[in-house]
Amino acid sequence: MKFVDEYRDAKAAHELAKRIKAVVTQPWTIMEICGGQTHAIVRFGIDELLPPDITLVHGPGCPVCVTALELIEKAIEIASAPDVIFCSFGDMLRVPGLHRDLLAVKAAGGDVRIVYSPLDALKLATENPDKQVVFFAVGFETTAPANGMAAYQAHRLGVRNFSLLVSHVLVPPAMEAILGSPHNQVQGFLAAGHVCTVMGYHEYEPIAAKYKTPIVVTGFEPVDILQGILMCVTQLEQGRYEVENPYSRVVTREGNIPAQKLLSDVFEVVARKWRGIGEINNSGLALRGEYRQYDAELRFGLADRKIEESAECISGLILQGIKKPHDCPAFGTRCTPEHPLGATMVSSEGACAAYYRYRGATASGRRAG
Amino acid sequence: MCLAIPGKVISIAGDDPVFRMGKVDFGGVIKEVNLCYVPEVKLGDYVIIHVGFALNIIDEEEAQKVFEYLREMEMLGSELGEAN
Ligand code: SF4
Repeated sequence: MKFVDEYRDAKAAHELAKRIKAVVTQPWTIMEICGGQTHAIVRFGIDELLPPDITLVHGPGCPVCVTALELIEKAIEIASAPDVIFCSFGDMLRVPGLHRDLLAVKAAGGDVRIVYSPLDALKLATENPDKQVVFFAVGFETTAPANGMAAYQAHRLGVRNFSLLVSHVLVPPAMEAILGSPHNQVQGFLAAGHVCTVMGYHEYEPIAAKYKTPIVVTGFEPVDILQGILMCVTQLEQGRYEVENPYSRVVTREGNIPAQKLLSDVFEVVARKWRGIGEINNSGLALRGEYRQYDAELRFGLADRKIEESAECISGLILQGIKKPHDCPAFGTRCTPEHPLGATMVSSEGACAAYYRYRGATASGRRAG
Repeated sequence: MCLAIPGKVISIAGDDPVFRMGKVDFGGVIKEVNLCYVPEVKLGDYVIIHVGFALNIIDEEEAQKVFEYLREMEMLGSELGEAN
């Protein structure tokens, strides 16, 4: 593990940890929902710096981890088809499907390409008019404006051989699903700064009020995270439940208005399946109206395909804060980053991969559970 | 894959707001970036970029801080879409 002392602002981090200790009088469980925060917490041992009364649990903050098995299988099927160029962000290639991943499709001769931006995929479509170019549009609200714009530009430019396999997910409905569950353990949330860059944070205000749960918008550096924890714990101790934003140097309450406008033009809100968690109402985006002609599921006739998840992986419980990675019997044995069984072991922002990399295969985190 | 990384706008091209592109300097790595979501951006501004789109204008100090952090975390390459 890389301890917080190796972090360049270690002094500020220790100072914040001290202030948190001074405030806490009873146990609290706080969830972050940003893969960048999960990675930083585990890498720098931020959880170990905190008083034992505070438990951090790692929510569904990584789009790679929550993309449903069903969609991975659809991606594999489309990518295996002739005359298709299948484009994806690199992280998605190793997410396990039922029998293989996209990397295996590529190894078997499929034209699977890693792109940096959805616009790169759109460009490939204009350069290869005799191929169907499909982009795997995964992501949270941060990524949706980029993917939505690719559909918008395709429509404006009349690029007909381009489509999107859309797997967009929305953060606030997932928070509600976690808080509304009878097994919920989460008492306070850190909200992901970069998601809020696009959407602002006004959406969280009704959630904080309804579930009497403080929500603090924060960045992904150790000092930001610790500052967020301090504010969250202070609210909990004082019996307050507000949305606070110490990350105002990047995030405003309103968010990016032109991006929100584009999202509502191109997408509609739909129910979406989250890997390991199941379907959550109003938690995803799908192409709407005239943009549906760019929906790869419709173009390839896959819309009705349903696939059940394997029971072995407990990542769904981990993503809801009910279990920690070390609680999984497959962790570090049958499931490793080289041979992941579940998506949370694939991405460095997934909780299982972060624990494996920085905590080792067997060590049980100090307060695991 | 959800992080946005800061960079400096060093050129802006195109009149159509939807297709307006700029070159952005990420500590020496130059990338083409779509500027449709930051219509008020000017040359020399710092923006945060996610998968080829500028999402917000931020100040230089914040940009440097985040950039250094991502470099320390060795996360810059993957967020810039390099070998994964
Ligand atoms: S260790 Fe592997 S199988 Fe277990 S929960 Fe994590 S990803 Fe799933």
